[in-house]
Amino acid sequence: MRTPGQRACATAVVAALAAALGGLYAVAQTPADPGQHGANPELPPAQRGLLPDMGIARPAGWDGRQPTVPQGWTIRAIATDLKIPRQTLVLPNGDILVAEGKGGSAPKLTPKDFVAGFLKARGTTPVKGGNQLTLLRDADGDGSYEGRWVYAENLNAPYGLAFAGGKLYVANQDALLRFDYVDGQTRAAAAPVTVARLPSAINHHWTKSLAADAEGRFLYVGIGSNSNIGERGLAVEEDRARVWQIDAATGAVRPFATGLRNPTALAFEPGTQQLWTVVNERDELGPNLVPDYLTSVREGGFYGWPYAYWGPNVDPRIQPGDDSKVQATIKPDYALQSHSAPLGLAFAQAGLPAPFAEGAFVGQHGSWNREQPVGYKVVFIPFSGGKPSGAPVDFVTGFQADGKTMGRPVGVTLDPKGAVIVADDLSNTVWRAVPGAPRPVSPR
Amino acid sequence: MHAVIAISALPLFLGALLSDWAYSSSFQPQWINFASWLIAGALVLAGLALLWAAVEVLRRRGSLVYLLLLIATFVLGFVNALVHARDAWATMPTGLALSAVVVVLAAVAGGVGLAAWHRRPV
Repeated sequence: MRTPGQRACATAVVAALAAALGGLYAVAQTPADPGQHGANPELPPAQRGLLPDMGIARPAGWDGRQPTVPQGWTIRAIATDLKIPRQTLVLPNGDILVAEGKGGSAPKLTPKDFVAGFLKARGTTPVKGGNQLTLLRDADGDGSYEGRWVYAENLNAPYGLAFAGGKLYVANQDALLRFDYVDGQTRAAAAPVTVARLPSAINHHWTKSLAADAEGRFLYVGIGSNSNIGERGLAVEEDRARVWQIDAATGAVRPFATGLRNPTALAFEPGTQQLWTVVNERDELGPNLVPDYLTSVREGGFYGWPYAYWGPNVDPRIQPGDDSKVQATIKPDYALQSHSAPLGLAFAQAGLPAPFAEGAFVGQHGSWNREQPVGYKVVFIPFSGGKPSGAPVDFVTGFQADGKTMGRPVGVTLDPKGAVIVADDLSNTVWRAVPGAPRPVSPR
Repeated sequence: MHAVIAISALPLFLGALLSDWAYSSSFQPQWINFASWLIAGALVLAGLALLWAAVEVLRRRGSLVYLLLLIATFVLGFVNALVHARDAWATMPTGLALSAVVVVLAAVAGGVGLAAWHRRPV
Protein backbone atom coordinates (compact mmCIF):
# COMPACT_ATOMS: atom_id res chain seq x y z
CA MET A 1 0.00 0.00 0.00
CA ARG A 2 1.53 3.31 -1.06
CA THR A 3 0.94 6.49 0.84
CA PRO A 4 -0.09 9.58 -1.15
CA GLY A 5 3.34 10.97 -0.39
CA GLN A 6 5.06 8.01 -2.01
CA ARG A 7 2.75 8.24 -4.99
CA ALA A 8 3.50 11.93 -5.39
CA CYS A 9 7.17 11.09 -5.11
CA ALA A 10 6.97 8.41 -7.81
CA THR A 11 5.03 10.78 -10.07
CA ALA A 12 7.65 13.47 -9.53
CA VAL A 13 10.48 11.04 -10.35
CA VAL A 14 8.74 9.93 -13.56
CA ALA A 15 8.07 13.54 -14.51
CA ALA A 16 11.70 14.47 -13.81
CA LEU A 17 12.97 11.55 -15.90
CA ALA A 18 10.68 12.51 -18.75
CA ALA A 19 11.85 16.11 -18.52
CA ALA A 20 15.48 14.98 -18.45
CA LEU A 21 14.99 12.76 -21.50
CA GLY A 22 13.20 15.60 -23.25
CA GLY A 23 16.09 17.86 -22.36
CA LEU A 24 18.62 15.35 -23.70
CA TYR A 25 16.61 15.08 -26.89
CA ALA A 26 16.52 18.86 -27.21
CA VAL A 27 20.31 19.02 -26.67
CA ALA A 28 20.85 16.30 -29.27
CA GLN A 29 18.75 18.33 -31.71
CA THR A 30 20.84 21.48 -31.22
CA PRO A 31 24.11 21.14 -33.10
CA ALA A 32 26.08 23.73 -31.15
CA ASP A 33 24.94 25.41 -27.95
CA PRO A 34 25.77 29.08 -28.50
CA GLY A 35 26.06 29.56 -24.71
CA GLN A 36 25.16 32.75 -22.91
CA HIS A 37 24.75 35.55 -25.42
CA GLY A 38 22.79 38.55 -26.52
CA ALA A 39 21.33 41.71 -25.09
CA ASN A 40 19.49 40.09 -22.18
CA PRO A 41 21.51 37.17 -20.81
CA GLU A 42 20.24 35.17 -17.89
CA LEU A 43 22.08 36.27 -14.75
CA PRO A 44 22.03 33.48 -12.16
CA PRO A 45 22.40 34.40 -8.47
CA ALA A 46 26.01 34.96 -7.40
CA GLN A 47 27.63 31.88 -5.86
CA ARG A 48 31.05 31.04 -4.50
CA GLY A 49 31.87 27.86 -2.60
CA LEU A 50 34.80 27.36 -0.25
CA LEU A 51 37.00 26.70 -3.26
CA PRO A 52 36.63 28.70 -6.48
CA ASP A 53 35.60 26.75 -9.58
CA MET A 54 38.62 26.09 -11.75
CA GLY A 55 39.45 24.25 -14.92
CA ILE A 56 42.99 24.91 -16.09
CA ALA A 57 43.88 24.04 -19.69
CA ARG A 58 46.28 21.10 -20.12
CA PRO A 59 48.55 22.11 -23.00
CA ALA A 60 49.50 19.65 -25.73
CA GLY A 61 51.10 19.91 -29.15
CA TRP A 62 49.03 20.02 -32.35
CA ASP A 63 50.69 16.80 -33.61
CA GLY A 64 49.40 17.19 -37.14
CA ARG A 65 45.97 18.37 -36.04
CA GLN A 66 44.54 21.68 -37.20
CA PRO A 67 41.95 24.10 -35.94
CA THR A 68 38.52 23.61 -37.51
CA VAL A 69 36.98 26.24 -39.81
CA PRO A 70 33.50 26.38 -41.37
CA GLN A 71 32.66 24.47 -44.53
CA GLY A 72 34.23 26.21 -47.51
CA TRP A 73 37.10 27.70 -45.51
CA THR A 74 40.67 26.54 -45.01
CA ILE A 75 43.16 27.43 -42.30
CA ARG A 76 46.93 27.18 -42.13
CA ALA A 77 49.71 28.26 -39.79
CA ILE A 78 51.61 31.13 -41.41
CA ALA A 79 54.14 31.50 -38.59
CA THR A 80 55.17 29.20 -35.76
CA ASP A 81 57.72 29.35 -32.93
CA LEU A 82 56.85 32.94 -32.14
CA LYS A 83 57.48 34.36 -28.66
CA ILE A 84 53.93 34.64 -27.33
CA PRO A 85 52.00 36.32 -30.16
CA ARG A 86 49.08 38.43 -28.92
CA GLN A 87 47.72 40.89 -31.47
CA THR A 88 48.33 41.29 -35.18
CA LEU A 89 48.05 44.14 -37.68
CA VAL A 90 47.85 44.05 -41.46
CA LEU A 91 49.91 46.87 -42.96
CA PRO A 92 48.86 48.68 -46.18
CA ASN A 93 51.14 46.51 -48.35
CA GLY A 94 49.70 43.30 -46.86
CA ASP A 95 52.58 42.55 -44.49
CA ILE A 96 51.47 41.30 -41.08
CA LEU A 97 52.92 42.61 -37.83
CA VAL A 98 52.74 40.41 -34.73
CA ALA A 99 53.11 41.81 -31.19
CA GLU A 100 54.87 39.32 -28.94
CA GLY A 101 55.30 39.59 -25.20
CA LYS A 102 54.12 38.96 -21.70
CA GLY A 103 53.67 41.70 -19.14
CA GLY A 104 52.42 42.27 -15.64
CA SER A 105 54.38 42.78 -12.45
CA ALA A 106 51.72 42.22 -9.80
CA PRO A 107 53.39 41.15 -6.55
CA LYS A 108 52.02 38.08 -4.79
CA LEU A 109 50.27 39.41 -1.70
CA THR A 110 48.46 36.42 -0.20
CA PRO A 111 48.83 32.64 0.07
CA LYS A 112 46.08 32.51 -2.59
CA ASP A 113 48.23 34.50 -5.05
CA PHE A 114 50.99 31.87 -4.81
CA VAL A 115 48.60 28.93 -5.32
CA ALA A 116 46.61 30.59 -8.12
CA GLY A 117 49.76 31.80 -9.89
CA PHE A 118 51.18 28.27 -9.89
CA LEU A 119 47.93 26.69 -11.15
CA LYS A 120 47.20 29.26 -13.87
CA ALA A 121 50.76 29.16 -15.24
CA ARG A 122 50.19 25.49 -16.13
CA GLY A 123 47.64 26.55 -18.75
CA THR A 124 49.99 28.88 -20.63
CA THR A 125 53.13 28.56 -22.73
CA PRO A 126 56.52 28.17 -21.00
CA VAL A 127 58.12 30.31 -23.72
CA LYS A 128 59.49 33.70 -22.67
CA GLY A 129 57.71 36.70 -24.19
CA GLY A 130 59.60 38.24 -27.10
CA ASN A 131 59.00 41.94 -26.37
CA GLN A 132 59.22 42.47 -30.10
CA LEU A 133 57.25 42.94 -33.31
CA THR A 134 57.67 40.29 -35.98
CA LEU A 135 56.86 41.17 -39.60
CA LEU A 136 55.51 38.45 -41.91
CA ARG A 137 55.43 38.82 -45.68
CA ASP A 138 53.80 36.84 -48.46
CA ALA A 139 55.59 38.40 -51.42
CA ASP A 140 54.14 36.14 -54.12
CA GLY A 141 50.59 36.08 -52.77
CA ASP A 142 50.36 32.30 -52.52
CA GLY A 143 49.14 32.38 -48.91
CA SER A 144 52.49 31.22 -47.55
CA TYR A 145 54.31 33.88 -45.53
CA GLU A 146 57.86 33.07 -46.49
CA GLY A 147 59.37 36.36 -45.32
CA ARG A 148 59.94 36.90 -41.61
CA TRP A 149 61.83 39.72 -39.88
CA VAL A 150 61.97 41.25 -36.42
CA TYR A 151 60.59 44.73 -37.11
CA ALA A 152 61.33 46.16 -33.65
CA GLU A 153 62.71 44.72 -30.45
CA ASN A 154 63.37 45.67 -26.81
CA LEU A 155 59.75 46.69 -26.39
CA ASN A 156 57.92 46.27 -23.09
CA ALA A 157 55.14 43.70 -23.48
CA PRO A 158 53.68 45.17 -26.71
CA TYR A 159 50.01 44.30 -27.26
CA GLY A 160 47.75 46.78 -29.05
CA LEU A 161 48.67 47.69 -32.64
CA ALA A 162 47.20 50.33 -34.94
CA PHE A 163 48.08 51.99 -38.21
CA ALA A 164 46.71 55.45 -38.93
CA GLY A 165 47.78 58.57 -40.76
CA GLY A 166 50.85 56.81 -42.13
CA LYS A 167 52.13 56.03 -38.63
CA LEU A 168 52.41 52.76 -36.77
CA TYR A 169 51.26 52.83 -33.14
CA VAL A 170 52.21 50.21 -30.57
CA ALA A 171 50.79 49.98 -27.06
CA ASN A 172 53.45 48.69 -24.71
CA GLN A 173 52.27 47.75 -21.23
CA ASP A 174 53.50 51.13 -19.98
CA ALA A 175 53.47 53.53 -22.97
CA LEU A 176 51.96 54.30 -26.34
CA LEU A 177 54.70 54.40 -28.98
CA ARG A 178 54.81 55.70 -32.55
CA PHE A 179 56.98 54.40 -35.37
CA ASP A 180 57.48 56.31 -38.62
CA TYR A 181 56.59 53.39 -40.82
CA VAL A 182 57.76 53.43 -44.42
CA ASP A 183 55.98 51.21 -46.93
CA GLY A 184 57.82 47.96 -47.51
CA GLN A 185 60.06 48.33 -44.46
CA THR A 186 61.10 45.14 -42.72
CA ARG A 187 62.82 46.85 -39.82
CA ALA A 188 62.08 50.11 -38.03
CA ALA A 189 64.55 52.76 -39.15
CA ALA A 190 64.62 54.55 -35.81
CA ALA A 191 63.67 54.12 -32.19
CA PRO A 192 60.00 54.81 -31.50
CA VAL A 193 58.66 58.08 -30.10
CA THR A 194 56.65 57.90 -26.88
CA VAL A 195 53.23 59.46 -27.52
CA ALA A 196 51.94 59.03 -23.95
CA ARG A 197 52.74 57.13 -20.78
CA LEU A 198 50.12 54.55 -19.83
CA PRO A 199 49.16 53.46 -16.28
CA SER A 200 51.49 50.58 -15.46
CA ALA A 201 51.92 50.27 -11.68
CA ILE A 202 51.26 46.64 -10.68
CA ASN A 203 49.64 45.89 -14.08
CA HIS A 204 47.54 42.94 -12.90
CA HIS A 205 45.69 43.20 -16.21
CA TRP A 206 48.64 44.42 -18.26
CA THR A 207 47.39 44.25 -21.85
CA LYS A 208 46.92 47.68 -23.44
CA SER A 209 44.52 47.34 -26.33
CA LEU A 210 44.58 49.94 -29.09
CA ALA A 211 42.50 51.35 -31.93
CA ALA A 212 42.84 54.48 -34.04
CA ASP A 213 40.07 56.47 -35.67
CA ALA A 214 40.01 56.65 -39.47
CA GLU A 215 41.78 60.03 -39.65
CA GLY A 216 44.46 59.07 -37.17
CA ARG A 217 43.56 62.04 -34.97
CA PHE A 218 42.67 60.09 -31.82
CA LEU A 219 43.92 56.82 -30.44
CA TYR A 220 41.90 54.74 -28.00
CA VAL A 221 43.68 52.62 -25.40
CA GLY A 222 41.98 49.98 -23.25
CA ILE A 223 43.40 49.76 -19.73
CA GLY A 224 42.44 46.81 -17.51
CA SER A 225 41.80 46.89 -13.77
CA ASN A 226 44.52 46.09 -11.24
CA SER A 227 42.49 43.35 -9.52
CA ASN A 228 39.55 41.03 -9.92
CA ILE A 229 37.22 43.08 -7.77
CA GLY A 230 39.19 45.68 -5.85
CA GLU A 231 40.97 43.27 -3.51
CA ARG A 232 44.12 45.39 -3.75
CA GLY A 233 42.20 48.46 -2.63
CA LEU A 234 40.79 51.18 -4.86
CA ALA A 235 43.86 53.46 -4.62
CA VAL A 236 45.69 51.25 -7.15
CA GLU A 237 42.70 51.46 -9.51
CA GLU A 238 43.24 55.09 -10.36
CA ASP A 239 43.18 55.49 -14.17
CA ARG A 240 42.38 51.77 -14.57
CA ALA A 241 39.40 49.82 -15.94
CA ARG A 242 38.70 52.31 -18.70
CA VAL A 243 39.30 53.41 -22.25
CA TRP A 244 41.50 56.43 -22.76
CA GLN A 245 41.29 58.76 -25.72
CA ILE A 246 44.73 60.04 -26.70
CA ASP A 247 45.38 62.96 -29.03
CA ALA A 248 47.87 61.63 -31.58
CA ALA A 249 49.40 65.07 -32.13
CA THR A 250 49.84 66.21 -28.52
CA GLY A 251 49.73 63.02 -26.47
CA ALA A 252 47.03 64.54 -24.26
CA VAL A 253 44.95 61.84 -22.57
CA ARG A 254 41.43 61.80 -21.20
CA PRO A 255 39.09 59.06 -20.00
CA PHE A 256 36.65 58.18 -22.78
CA ALA A 257 34.60 55.53 -20.95
CA THR A 258 35.05 53.99 -17.48
CA GLY A 259 34.01 51.00 -15.40
CA LEU A 260 35.21 48.58 -18.11
CA ARG A 261 36.97 45.90 -16.05
CA ASN A 262 39.35 44.67 -18.74
CA PRO A 263 38.78 46.03 -22.26
CA THR A 264 41.13 43.67 -24.10
CA ALA A 265 40.42 44.68 -27.70
CA LEU A 266 39.07 47.77 -29.44
CA ALA A 267 37.84 48.19 -33.01
CA PHE A 268 35.75 50.57 -35.10
CA GLU A 269 32.62 49.21 -36.76
CA PRO A 270 33.19 50.11 -40.42
CA GLY A 271 29.62 51.14 -41.33
CA THR A 272 28.91 53.48 -38.42
CA GLN A 273 32.50 54.35 -37.40
CA GLN A 274 31.44 53.52 -33.83
CA LEU A 275 34.09 52.30 -31.37
CA TRP A 276 33.45 48.81 -29.92
CA THR A 277 35.28 46.78 -27.30
CA VAL A 278 35.27 43.31 -25.77
CA VAL A 279 35.51 43.21 -21.98
CA ASN A 280 36.55 40.44 -19.61
CA GLU A 281 34.24 40.60 -16.62
CA ARG A 282 34.82 39.62 -12.99
CA ASP A 283 35.49 36.18 -11.51
CA GLU A 284 34.36 34.18 -8.49
CA LEU A 285 30.62 34.81 -8.78
CA GLY A 286 29.81 31.49 -10.45
CA PRO A 287 30.31 29.69 -13.77
CA ASN A 288 27.68 31.79 -15.59
CA LEU A 289 28.31 35.10 -13.91
CA VAL A 290 29.35 37.70 -14.93
CA PRO A 291 29.01 37.48 -18.73
CA ASP A 292 31.93 38.87 -20.68
CA TYR A 293 30.68 41.25 -23.32
CA LEU A 294 30.95 43.03 -26.64
CA THR A 295 29.74 46.62 -26.50
CA SER A 296 29.80 49.90 -28.31
CA VAL A 297 31.78 52.34 -26.19
CA ARG A 298 29.71 55.36 -25.26
CA GLU A 299 31.68 58.53 -24.63
CA GLY A 300 31.51 59.33 -20.91
CA GLY A 301 29.75 56.04 -20.19
CA PHE A 302 30.26 54.06 -16.95
CA TYR A 303 30.02 50.30 -17.31
CA GLY A 304 29.94 49.25 -13.66
CA TRP A 305 33.30 47.97 -12.47
CA PRO A 306 33.78 47.52 -9.59
CA TYR A 307 30.45 48.55 -8.07
CA ALA A 308 27.98 46.80 -10.36
CA TYR A 309 27.70 44.52 -13.37
CA TRP A 310 25.41 44.24 -16.39
CA GLY A 311 23.42 47.31 -15.46
CA PRO A 312 22.58 48.08 -11.85
CA ASN A 313 23.37 44.65 -10.33
CA VAL A 314 25.34 45.38 -7.15
CA ASP A 315 28.63 43.57 -6.51
CA PRO A 316 28.67 43.43 -2.69
CA ARG A 317 32.37 42.60 -2.62
CA ILE A 318 33.13 46.32 -2.87
CA GLN A 319 32.53 48.07 0.44
CA PRO A 320 31.55 50.75 0.96
CA GLY A 321 29.35 50.59 -2.13
CA ASP A 322 28.34 53.55 -4.24
CA ASP A 323 24.67 53.62 -5.10
CA SER A 324 25.00 56.49 -7.57
CA LYS A 325 27.61 54.48 -9.49
CA VAL A 326 25.40 51.38 -9.38
CA GLN A 327 22.47 53.30 -10.81
CA ALA A 328 24.67 54.90 -13.48
CA THR A 329 25.90 51.53 -14.77
CA ILE A 330 25.23 51.06 -18.49
CA LYS A 331 24.02 47.69 -19.69
CA PRO A 332 26.44 46.49 -22.38
CA ASP A 333 25.12 45.71 -25.88
CA TYR A 334 25.85 42.03 -26.22
CA ALA A 335 26.77 39.32 -23.69
CA LEU A 336 29.38 36.69 -24.45
CA GLN A 337 29.68 33.47 -22.45
CA SER A 338 30.91 34.15 -18.90
CA HIS A 339 34.67 33.48 -18.46
CA SER A 340 35.21 32.80 -22.20
CA ALA A 341 37.87 35.57 -22.07
CA PRO A 342 37.43 37.49 -25.33
CA LEU A 343 40.82 38.98 -26.28
CA GLY A 344 40.41 39.62 -29.99
CA LEU A 345 37.96 41.77 -31.96
CA ALA A 346 37.80 42.45 -35.69
CA PHE A 347 34.91 43.58 -37.86
CA ALA A 348 34.09 41.77 -41.06
CA GLN A 349 34.38 43.55 -44.36
CA ALA A 350 32.32 43.30 -47.48
CA GLY A 351 33.38 40.45 -49.66
CA LEU A 352 33.54 37.67 -47.09
CA PRO A 353 31.11 34.84 -47.90
CA ALA A 354 27.85 34.61 -45.95
CA PRO A 355 27.19 34.43 -43.08
CA PHE A 356 30.43 36.27 -42.32
CA ALA A 357 29.86 39.39 -44.43
CA GLU A 358 28.67 41.71 -41.63
CA GLY A 359 29.59 41.30 -37.99
CA ALA A 360 32.40 40.91 -35.51
CA PHE A 361 34.96 38.15 -35.12
CA VAL A 362 35.80 37.61 -31.45
CA GLY A 363 38.81 35.58 -30.30
CA GLN A 364 38.05 33.83 -27.01
CA HIS A 365 41.16 32.82 -25.09
CA GLY A 366 39.19 30.35 -22.98
CA SER A 367 38.17 29.97 -19.35
CA TRP A 368 40.03 29.02 -16.19
CA ASN A 369 37.57 30.19 -13.51
CA ARG A 370 35.03 27.52 -14.37
CA GLU A 371 35.02 23.72 -14.24
CA GLN A 372 33.63 23.16 -17.76
CA PRO A 373 35.86 24.97 -20.24
CA VAL A 374 34.26 27.60 -22.47
CA GLY A 375 35.74 29.82 -25.14
CA TYR A 376 38.91 28.42 -26.73
CA LYS A 377 37.56 29.44 -30.14
CA VAL A 378 36.90 32.34 -32.48
CA VAL A 379 33.22 33.18 -32.80
CA PHE A 380 31.41 35.45 -35.21
CA ILE A 381 28.66 37.78 -33.98
CA PRO A 382 26.41 38.70 -36.91
CA PHE A 383 25.56 42.41 -37.21
CA SER A 384 22.86 44.23 -39.09
CA GLY A 385 22.78 48.00 -39.47
CA GLY A 386 25.77 48.36 -37.15
CA LYS A 387 24.19 46.35 -34.28
CA PRO A 388 24.47 42.71 -33.21
CA SER A 389 21.64 40.74 -34.77
CA GLY A 390 21.91 37.10 -33.80
CA ALA A 391 23.54 34.27 -31.88
CA PRO A 392 27.30 33.71 -32.11
CA VAL A 393 28.44 31.38 -34.88
CA ASP A 394 31.55 29.26 -34.37
CA PHE A 395 34.28 30.39 -36.74
CA VAL A 396 37.54 28.73 -35.67
CA THR A 397 37.22 25.83 -33.21
CA GLY A 398 39.15 22.66 -32.45
CA PHE A 399 41.65 24.32 -30.09
CA GLN A 400 40.78 21.62 -27.55
CA ALA A 401 40.48 17.87 -28.05
CA ASP A 402 40.54 14.82 -25.76
CA GLY A 403 40.78 17.00 -22.66
CA LYS A 404 43.93 18.70 -23.96
CA THR A 405 44.40 22.22 -25.23
CA MET A 406 46.53 22.78 -28.32
CA GLY A 407 45.96 26.49 -28.76
CA ARG A 408 44.39 29.59 -27.24
CA PRO A 409 43.21 32.34 -29.62
CA VAL A 410 44.02 35.96 -28.82
CA GLY A 411 44.04 38.70 -31.47
CA VAL A 412 41.84 38.48 -34.57
CA THR A 413 42.49 40.70 -37.59
CA LEU A 414 40.83 41.04 -40.99
CA ASP A 415 43.17 40.88 -43.95
CA PRO A 416 41.75 43.07 -46.75
CA LYS A 417 42.67 40.26 -49.13
CA GLY A 418 39.71 38.39 -47.60
CA ALA A 419 41.32 36.37 -44.83
CA VAL A 420 41.07 36.22 -41.04
CA ILE A 421 44.31 36.24 -39.04
CA VAL A 422 44.28 34.63 -35.58
CA ALA A 423 47.16 34.81 -33.08
CA ASP A 424 47.50 31.81 -30.74
CA ASP A 425 49.57 32.42 -27.60
CA LEU A 426 49.68 28.80 -26.42
CA SER A 427 51.14 27.12 -29.52
CA ASN A 428 52.89 30.42 -30.44
CA THR A 429 51.40 30.32 -33.90
CA VAL A 430 49.69 32.76 -36.25
CA TRP A 431 46.82 31.15 -38.17
CA ARG A 432 45.25 32.42 -41.38
CA ALA A 433 41.77 31.32 -42.43
CA VAL A 434 40.67 31.92 -46.03
CA PRO A 435 37.47 31.17 -47.90
CA GLY A 436 37.89 28.51 -50.57
CA ALA A 437 39.83 25.30 -50.99
CA PRO A 438 43.55 25.24 -50.19
CA ARG A 439 45.53 26.72 -53.02
CA PRO A 440 48.37 24.57 -54.27
CA VAL A 441 51.71 26.17 -53.54
CA SER A 442 52.91 26.62 -57.08
CA PRO A 443 56.09 28.22 -58.33
CA ARG A 444 55.38 31.20 -60.54
CA MET B 1 56.16 21.02 24.80
CA HIS B 2 53.40 20.54 22.22
CA ALA B 3 51.09 22.51 24.48
CA VAL B 4 53.51 25.42 24.13
CA ILE B 5 53.37 25.09 20.34
CA ALA B 6 49.57 24.90 20.48
CA ILE B 7 49.26 28.00 22.66
CA SER B 8 51.72 29.85 20.38
CA ALA B 9 49.20 29.58 17.52
CA LEU B 10 46.78 31.61 19.64
CA PRO B 11 48.37 35.04 19.15
CA LEU B 12 48.43 34.47 15.39
CA PHE B 13 44.75 33.50 15.32
CA LEU B 14 44.07 36.50 17.57
CA GLY B 15 46.00 38.72 15.17
CA ALA B 16 43.84 37.42 12.32
CA LEU B 17 40.70 38.22 14.30
CA LEU B 18 41.93 41.75 14.99
CA SER B 19 42.86 42.18 11.29
CA ASP B 20 39.39 41.01 10.27
CA TRP B 21 37.89 43.47 12.69
CA ALA B 22 40.10 46.22 11.28
CA TYR B 23 38.98 45.37 7.73
CA SER B 24 35.32 45.26 8.63
CA SER B 25 35.55 48.71 10.16
CA SER B 26 37.98 50.36 7.72
CA PHE B 27 37.26 48.51 4.42
CA GLN B 28 41.01 48.53 3.73
CA PRO B 29 41.60 45.17 2.01
CA GLN B 30 45.25 45.07 3.07
CA TRP B 31 43.94 43.83 6.45
CA ILE B 32 42.59 40.72 4.72
CA ASN B 33 46.08 40.00 3.36
CA PHE B 34 47.47 40.29 6.90
CA ALA B 35 44.75 38.00 8.25
CA SER B 36 45.44 35.43 5.48
CA TRP B 37 49.13 35.17 6.39
CA LEU B 38 48.43 35.11 10.14
CA ILE B 39 45.97 32.25 9.64
CA ALA B 40 48.47 30.40 7.42
CA GLY B 41 51.16 30.73 10.12
CA ALA B 42 48.77 29.72 12.88
CA LEU B 43 47.76 26.63 10.90
CA VAL B 44 51.40 25.54 10.61
CA LEU B 45 51.81 25.76 14.41
CA ALA B 46 48.41 24.23 15.15
CA GLY B 47 49.17 21.45 12.67
CA LEU B 48 52.46 20.62 14.39
CA ALA B 49 50.78 20.56 17.80
CA LEU B 50 47.99 18.42 16.35
CA LEU B 51 50.45 15.83 14.99
CA TRP B 52 52.27 15.72 18.29
CA ALA B 53 49.07 15.37 20.30
CA ALA B 54 47.86 12.59 17.98
CA VAL B 55 51.08 10.65 18.54
CA GLU B 56 50.70 11.10 22.30
CA VAL B 57 47.12 9.80 22.21
CA LEU B 58 48.22 6.82 20.12
CA ARG B 59 50.87 6.10 22.73
CA ARG B 60 48.08 6.32 25.34
CA ARG B 61 49.80 9.19 27.12
CA GLY B 62 47.88 12.23 25.89
CA SER B 63 44.46 13.75 26.47
CA LEU B 64 41.77 12.88 23.94
CA VAL B 65 39.80 16.05 24.74
CA TYR B 66 42.89 18.13 23.97
CA LEU B 67 43.38 16.29 20.67
CA LEU B 68 39.74 16.80 19.64
CA LEU B 69 39.96 20.51 20.48
CA LEU B 70 43.09 20.81 18.36
CA ILE B 71 41.39 19.00 15.48
CA ALA B 72 38.42 21.37 15.70
CA THR B 73 40.78 24.37 15.79
CA PHE B 74 42.73 23.14 12.78
CA VAL B 75 39.72 22.20 10.66
CA LEU B 76 37.83 25.43 11.31
CA GLY B 77 41.08 27.37 10.91
CA PHE B 78 41.58 25.78 7.50
CA VAL B 79 38.03 26.58 6.44
CA ASN B 80 38.73 30.12 7.61
CA ALA B 81 41.85 30.22 5.42
CA LEU B 82 39.72 29.27 2.40
CA VAL B 83 37.13 31.91 3.30
CA HIS B 84 39.95 34.46 3.50
CA ALA B 85 41.03 33.48 -0.03
CA ARG B 86 37.86 35.09 -1.36
CA ASP B 87 38.17 38.55 -2.82
CA ALA B 88 37.55 41.72 -0.81
CA TRP B 89 34.25 41.84 1.11
CA ALA B 90 33.31 38.29 0.01
CA THR B 91 35.36 37.25 3.09
CA MET B 92 32.85 38.99 5.37
CA PRO B 93 31.04 38.40 7.68
CA THR B 94 31.89 34.65 7.63
CA GLY B 95 35.61 35.32 7.99
CA LEU B 96 35.21 37.50 11.05
CA ALA B 97 32.84 35.02 12.74
CA LEU B 98 35.10 32.05 11.99
CA SER B 99 38.15 33.95 13.24
CA ALA B 100 36.36 34.61 16.55
CA VAL B 101 35.31 30.96 16.95
CA VAL B 102 38.80 29.73 16.09
CA VAL B 103 40.40 32.09 18.65
CA VAL B 104 38.12 30.67 21.37
CA LEU B 105 38.85 27.08 20.30
CA ALA B 106 42.60 27.71 20.14
CA ALA B 107 42.51 29.35 23.59
CA VAL B 108 40.58 26.46 25.15
CA ALA B 109 42.78 23.85 23.43
CA GLY B 110 45.93 25.62 24.56
CA GLY B 111 44.55 26.01 28.09
CA VAL B 112 43.60 22.36 28.36
CA GLY B 113 46.99 21.33 27.01
CA LEU B 114 48.92 23.58 29.42
CA ALA B 115 46.78 22.44 32.38
CA ALA B 116 47.52 18.80 31.56
CA TRP B 117 51.20 19.65 31.33
CA HIS B 118 51.11 21.34 34.78
CA ARG B 119 49.34 18.34 36.35
CA ARG B 120 51.91 15.95 34.97
CA PRO B 121 54.02 14.34 37.72
CA VAL B 122 57.60 15.57 37.54
